[in-house]
Amino acid sequence: MGLLNRLDDPIQGDGIILGTVEDLLNWGRSKSDWYLQFGLACCAIEFMAVNAAHFDMMRFGAIPRTSPRQADFIIISGTVTLKMADRIKTLYEQMSEPRYVMSMGSCSNSGGPYWEHGYHVLKGVDRIIPVDVYVPGCPPRPEAFFDGLVKLQKMISTQAIFRKREKMSKEELEALELRNKKIKEYNERVKKELEEFGTQPNDRYSGYSLDFIKKEEK
Amino acid sequence: MTATEIYDKLKNEFANDIISLTEEANVDPFILVNSSRITEICLYLRDEADMNFDYLVNLSGVDYKTNFTVVYHLYSLKLKHRIVLKVELSPEKPSVTTVEKVWKTANWHEREAYDMFGIVFEGHPFMVRILCPYDWEGFPLRKDYKEPEFYRGIKVAY
Repeated sequence: MGLLNRLDDPIQGDGIILGTVEDLLNWGRSKSDWYLQFGLACCAIEFMAVNAAHFDMMRFGAIPRTSPRQADFIIISGTVTLKMADRIKTLYEQMSEPRYVMSMGSCSNSGGPYWEHGYHVLKGVDRIIPVDVYVPGCPPRPEAFFDGLVKLQKMISTQAIFRKREKMSKEELEALELRNKKIKEYNERVKKELEEFGTQPNDRYSGYSLDFIKKEEK
Repeated sequence: MTATEIYDKLKNEFANDIISLTEEANVDPFILVNSSRITEICLYLRDEADMNFDYLVNLSGVDYKTNFTVVYHLYSLKLKHRIVLKVELSPEKPSVTTVEKVWKTANWHEREAYDMFGIVFEGHPFMVRILCPYDWEGFPLRKDYKEPEFYRGIKVAY
């Protein structure tokens, strides 16, 4: 983040910027975070307003991608049903690293209004994938969404790529530990599920075979 | 046509299979019919010139604990009159013949009733769940439904 500030620096100015490669990479990454064009429920309506001309999400450098393979982060905007949970996991697994997750609205944060009697609703998307930023609201205002987006950009821009841990500030270190812990938990869970179900993840998530439907018909 | 006229006409045609007509304030008048002849009755209502019920507004299931009920809301776009049919099914093994061949609309509605209540519609071309995942256990809108603890290794309760 410090990269642009140095342009105005009287000592380091004069068209020469001194900085680290990490700063440059992180600056580029945080200012062109592409997201997966993906919506689930009524939060997606608010998310459309975020995208449209009035609030104009593109001014933050965020461009919608229709393929998870090109996306840097995914916004879980709406109620995650148990039927959808598998599909979300597939999308997340198809994204290339480093990948980030933004949970938008009460439903994907914690189940929202369905927390007690929603037999079909996943009570928080963080039960299946690691979440980086939670945006509260039902649905959140676009301003709240942008607050979350800026937090995500800040997180990306301070991420350590080459830096040694000793040189990190205490907050940065804590954030890194937390993220690593979440990703580790996710990886362990996926491994355990694979052992339990004994199939490749893509087979399991890509839908249901016709054999199953035939069985049901009988 | 009023509900009473429709009821009388049906009574002439199907006699004992038309059980009763209920007319109460603030409730659509409904006719309780025998579940074994529902397809014929619906076909008659659709094709008879002065009935002409060409539109199935809604088909839904109800769990009354003592029995399962399927409710058919019918409307005639041409003659602008409406009627509600009800059939009562056994609570152990609810099943009724399909009206999918009478109104194509019934296809998804019957699948939904099956998904939520486990009411089997005999003769339906594709009687599988429509909203819940195919491997879902139990029928969620039944009164005695217990929500599962885990679904595919994911904890369901808050």
